[in-house]
Amino acid sequence: MDHLDALEAQSVYILREAFNKFDRMGMLWSLGKDSNVMVWLARKAFLGHVPFPLMFCDTGKKFPEMYDFQKKYSAEWGVNLIVRDCPPIEEIDPTLPPATRSAARKTEALKRLIAEQDMQAVVAGIRRDEEATRAKERVFSPRGENAEWDFRDQPPEFWDQFKTDFAPGTHIRIHPILHWTELDIWRYIQREGIPIVDLYFSKNGKRYRSLGDQDITNPIKSEAGTIEEIITELEGTSIAERSGRAMDHEAEDAFERLRTAGYM
Amino acid sequence: MHVSSEIPPLKLVVVGHVDHGKSTLIGRLLHETNSLPDGKAEAVIAMSERRGMPVEWAFVLDALQAERDQGITIDTTQIFFNTEKRNYVIIDAPGHKEFLKNMVSGAALSDAAVLVIDAKDGMQEQSRRHGYILHLLGVRQVAVVINKMDLADYREERFQELTTEIRNYLSELGLEASAIIPVSAREGQGLITAPDKMPWYQGPSLVQVLDNFTPPILPTERPLRFPVQDVYKFDERRIIAGRIESGRIHTGDKILISPSNKTVTVKSIESWNTKAPALSASAGQSVGITLSEQLFIERGQMISHESNAPFETNVFRARIFWLGRKPLEIGKRYKLKLATNEQIVEVQSIETVIDVENLTTRSGDTTLERNAIGEVTLRARSMLALDEFSDNPKTGRFVLVDEYDTVGGGTIFMEGYPDQRSRTDVRSTNITAVEHRVTPELRAHANGHEGGVLWLTGLSGAGKSTIAIELEHQLFAKGYQVYVLDGDNVRFGLSSDLGFAPEDRVENIRRVGEVAKLFASAGVLVITAFISPYRADRDRARSIAPDLFHEVYIAADVATCEGRDPKGLYKKARAGEIKEFTGVSAPYEEPVTPEVTVETADRTVNESVAELMAYVEENFSMVKRNGGR
Repeated sequence: MDHLDALEAQSVYILREAFNKFDRMGMLWSLGKDSNVMVWLARKAFLGHVPFPLMFCDTGKKFPEMYDFQKKYSAEWGVNLIVRDCPPIEEIDPTLPPATRSAARKTEALKRLIAEQDMQAVVAGIRRDEEATRAKERVFSPRGENAEWDFRDQPPEFWDQFKTDFAPGTHIRIHPILHWTELDIWRYIQREGIPIVDLYFSKNGKRYRSLGDQDITNPIKSEAGTIEEIITELEGTSIAERSGRAMDHEAEDAFERLRTAGYM
Repeated sequence: MHVSSEIPPLKLVVVGHVDHGKSTLIGRLLHETNSLPDGKAEAVIAMSERRGMPVEWAFVLDALQAERDQGITIDTTQIFFNTEKRNYVIIDAPGHKEFLKNMVSGAALSDAAVLVIDAKDGMQEQSRRHGYILHLLGVRQVAVVINKMDLADYREERFQELTTEIRNYLSELGLEASAIIPVSAREGQGLITAPDKMPWYQGPSLVQVLDNFTPPILPTERPLRFPVQDVYKFDERRIIAGRIESGRIHTGDKILISPSNKTVTVKSIESWNTKAPALSASAGQSVGITLSEQLFIERGQMISHESNAPFETNVFRARIFWLGRKPLEIGKRYKLKLATNEQIVEVQSIETVIDVENLTTRSGDTTLERNAIGEVTLRARSMLALDEFSDNPKTGRFVLVDEYDTVGGGTIFMEGYPDQRSRTDVRSTNITAVEHRVTPELRAHANGHEGGVLWLTGLSGAGKSTIAIELEHQLFAKGYQVYVLDGDNVRFGLSSDLGFAPEDRVENIRRVGEVAKLFASAGVLVITAFISPYRADRDRARSIAPDLFHEVYIAADVATCEGRDPKGLYKKARAGEIKEFTGVSAPYEEPVTPEVTVETADRTVNESVAELMAYVEENFSMVKRNGGR
């Protein structure tokens, strides 16, 4: 087994644990590279099937390429896709910094979707190496009634024995690719031939390294036009992956506040 | 610096007492190995200045606002870094006592550990506890860092003094430190190269020690263990899904399902988006297999080969670390999660509680408090397939759940307990039971009493044989068809091929149970006198002839029995001449609901026999039953 095989086997194990434990679960499909890998891993785990719905909270501000991608592959992969619109910005906590407030629309939409579908578990494609608060996450991470995350008192998690028992009212976030790095993701995309939105590839000297809403995501300077070139570029960089995400930079604790309140 | 990320990173946990400088060590190590993202070092310097303090490298890790304010690392953090040799994932485990659950969560993932000890404070409670837990979790590669040497004026004497203390402690645990390194994390001394402020130190730097650690080896050469995780029927295939924890599986293999004890053949190994169908799979892989027959299979069962099968037992011993807010209690039930199996277990006993300060043990406790470590015996309602931790860590460890929370973890050892596999299976085929024309009722009328088994159980020296022989004598005088099967007597013949190892004892009891049933079916009242220390064996003997079986507990405490010691066996056992002696070096499990309990400590033999005589008259005599006819 090589490194990618080991990562894949662990993610498959996690997804199968989740599917065994929860009847009402769904997977967030943000259309980014990580969530495409995650959907792919589900098909590995369930031998070509995705036996739960994929969910998408639409801000209405994604890139057109992303909407096209969603249309094409939801049909091709035969998945059950649930799309819900995010509430308008006016309904969101006005004390949050602007980009953070904008991102928080997704959290609100997700909360509503969870309630509507009576979901016990939501699978999300976050990674520990992305961002410092995510480094502290558990694979099976409980959320309170209002989807809040209590990072001060997280359950013990060891020997792949995940938290699968809950008081009524709590739901769980499941993070099957928490242990992957950005480079792992790209190498796996390359090995498996996983389709991705082509905004990740360089055009006119710029490319997107991380995809969010159009107005709060900025491209980086890059000449990388193929997956191979992206891998080479990443091996030589020490710039953070989410540097193009405005909300990460508004205040020392802005992202933490978002996540404590239930952001992915 | 960048190393190919195609090799998996080595997972490192950094443990130690609170405030001994773990986060500072990691922050500085990241800086020294150029592993920090651009601008991060400057940000840390700026952040420290803003707070009016010297550069605090721990800020690199302290990502959360709340954590900076409290100055305590709340949770396990994972940070990636690399040296020229390879990549690392570093897990910063908190040293605060409250957060042992987080330390365990981090350390259980790691391939190697760095134990950080303050040069001024020396070993403290959490240094010892973390050391012990590393040992318990099976982490065997440990580098010890004596940090803050700057505060000890870089003195060699202090370093040597601590080195001796640490080596002594770890060696008692059976752990050997890979190296003990004098370091000043704040000043970057001893991390990458030899510490120039401590020229007396000739050993390796921390990074040199880390680079010499070996990555984990997947247990592909051990016996196959494939816990069933789920069974899928998405299409026409019925797929048994799971991760191979050890060994290899091939198509065409004959496999054994435990604990149902069924065998079946592997038809195919299924996968999606792979070039060719796999013919074999090995440890670490998550796979799906199909079988040649439609057996009943469910999550929690264990697949192995027929040879080298796992233990099958409903009772086992374990070393436990307890994380629950409420203490572990004798008699309390918890949910056990072992690989994919979930069962309710009861705490039968707490043998010892371990004091991590000096590694002494004490017995007699009825609870195990939060953060404590102890040895316990657990009992499940049904059979479990498991291994000893020393043979197979993945299937020899478990967690316990109380209500909604994981409250402890443990590693299994089977000392004193037998493998109970296939003791009750009928191996012969083409056999059919014949019907007797002489019914039990006819025999009972002819004899004046019913046949049955009085199964005497108790410690050696409790009085089983003496009572059995006297009871036989008195019953015979009253006209009973009665016969004693005595422990020592059957070992001259029926069980002359068996010794006293747990497995042999189980087999001995099985044979006696079968013989007793034949006698009882013939109308005889059988009295057996065997220690029969395991509840499972007595239950099995009962299940051979449930309507005929009467469990009689001949009760006396160990001290009383040892005082009597009619055969001089306790003396020999205490001297170590007899191994696995019940009550001394092997367990005795008291009956839970015996039909009769006879306390013999303060009674004469005749008093005890009289009690049993009354019981027999009450339950077996046809005269009594037919109204004194």
